[in-house]
Amino acid sequence: MAESMVVANDDVDLSRRKFLTSATIGVGAVGAVLAAVPFVASWQPSERAKALGVPTDFDLSKLDPGQMAIILWRKQPIYVVRRTPEMVASLKGHDDQLKDPSSKDSEQPDYAKNDIRARKPEILVLIGICTHLGCLPKQHFAAGDPELGATWPGGYLCPCHGSRFDLAGRVFDGSPASVNLRIPPYSFPNENRLIVGVDEKGEA
Amino acid sequence: MAVQPASAAAPKKGFLGWLDKRLPVTEFIESQLTGYYAPKNFNFWYFFGFIALAVLVMQLLTGIFLTMFYKPGDTTSFESVEYIMREVDFGWLIRYMHSTGASAFFVVVYLHMFRAFLYGSYKAPRELLWIIGMLVYLALMAEAFMGYVLPWGNMSFWGAQVIVNLFGTIPVIGPGLVEWIRGDYAIADATLNRFFALHVVAVPLILLALVGLHLVALRRTGSNNPDGIEIKAKVGPDGHPIDGIPFHPYYTVKDTVGIAAFLVIFAIVVFYAPTFGGLFLESANFGPADPVSTPPDITPVWYFTPFYAILRAIPDQRLGALAMLLAIVAFFLLPWLDRSPVRSIRYKGWIAKVALGVFAISFVGLGFMGMRPPEGIYVVLGRTFGALYFLFWIGMPWWSRWDSPKPVPERVVYHAH
Repeated sequence: MAESMVVANDDVDLSRRKFLTSATIGVGAVGAVLAAVPFVASWQPSERAKALGVPTDFDLSKLDPGQMAIILWRKQPIYVVRRTPEMVASLKGHDDQLKDPSSKDSEQPDYAKNDIRARKPEILVLIGICTHLGCLPKQHFAAGDPELGATWPGGYLCPCHGSRFDLAGRVFDGSPASVNLRIPPYSFPNENRLIVGVDEKGEA
Repeated sequence: MAVQPASAAAPKKGFLGWLDKRLPVTEFIESQLTGYYAPKNFNFWYFFGFIALAVLVMQLLTGIFLTMFYKPGDTTSFESVEYIMREVDFGWLIRYMHSTGASAFFVVVYLHMFRAFLYGSYKAPRELLWIIGMLVYLALMAEAFMGYVLPWGNMSFWGAQVIVNLFGTIPVIGPGLVEWIRGDYAIADATLNRFFALHVVAVPLILLALVGLHLVALRRTGSNNPDGIEIKAKVGPDGHPIDGIPFHPYYTVKDTVGIAAFLVIFAIVVFYAPTFGGLFLESANFGPADPVSTPPDITPVWYFTPFYAILRAIPDQRLGALAMLLAIVAFFLLPWLDRSPVRSIRYKGWIAKVALGVFAISFVGLGFMGMRPPEGIYVVLGRTFGALYFLFWIGMPWWSRWDSPKPVPERVVYHAH
């Protein structure tokens, strides 16, 4: 209060004072933003979390045709399905009911960006997290499942908000999810071994 | 009223006089309590602000004691909550008070907010009071959500998964933002620990600051009342509103009765129905968090279900999340959406009464739908209630003007007891 009365003094160079005030505020603001960096950065996954995110091995010989296994990669459930020839055949014929039949807007490595969304038709690898809000879609592999109607080709139903996916993880129209289930990078070092998290391009 | 104006009070003697010279004790009590004039026609709807404050104090107290026994961590949290429940003397009581207190908080806050809808307490000059109150509500939602994650039960885990993934629907920055919030590739120990810090320190501080501002803003504008007229417009010879009475002792005594009634109900729930049939504590949360097993049906605790039902009603993830956001943002705009010339429902016409009724029914209806699985008739009902909910808000600038209000009285309607 007292200062503002002093301002009337003719000796005070107001423009200089104004410049110094705004310069101080400006530099202070930049400093405050920079000081926030360590705090914001501390919330990123730590080195330990990153180190624990290494690729995961799976022995495919344990999996019978038509069966699904859930393995963990980066603490995320990975669905591995050995599809039967009938299951692969079920993928045809309902493209018009899918939101993204050719996986244009969905997330997958290039080798899974095809009709069957896989490297090999019989092995399906999906991140088992609903692309809507992250629940685990449940298996409803039987065609014509009574819960889902006679035209159901077999696939997944998310229990949380009712998103439906086919046996390649492609999302059906009318689901709250907008894109297909994600596919992680994976490779087969030999016939019976699956590694999730690494492919020819290296580790994810 | 025989109460003297504050300025006429003689300086206090003795210890209080010594204190007053160093700390404005008497001045503070006068300006906040004995010299703060509230309308004399308050009804029971005016209990809930005071009760909310009491619940806040109770949550702080029980919360502090819970942190003495709780151990955040993905391998320790669930176990330490079991330890509190089974081995700490009266641990079960302190925890049930805290968990029931969370639900009680929302019951009281929803009633407090509905009171504002009834009597137009958000209208000028109380817009900022209303907005600060809404910020309290938002902070409370964040506090409740993070608190629900802490026991690390299976519903804690999957609730966190669903809510955190909501941020993933933001274009471009979404996926990176989700990873930043979680601090891992999935909801994990890192997430749990930061939620603990926020729940126990950061959000309570924000909450206290906002509640303080809410009270300061209330002291500036004064309380509204069931007639929705300004008591400050009619001032008596002593300079105080004719229709006002000092908050203390009149309303402190009245509110004590409200607190007593509230505590009776609260105690019945704590002792006889602490889970409230799965509404306050969900059965899925009595099992530890399991990242490879989604509970058969993920539903949030009841106080979030109206917004959750809106999220689910729209079969597109971005639009669903956006609708949910708008459903909350609408409350902030309320002071400017309502164009009615009168405040109180008592003097509004039938259109406003029907609209408010439809709003209340759709909000409660959405709440019920948010607890049901997303299939069949529940989807249809959820969408119907959702449509009514948004019609209320979007149509408000029009229907509030079409309404024909009744004449408003000069003085508050009050019958001495």
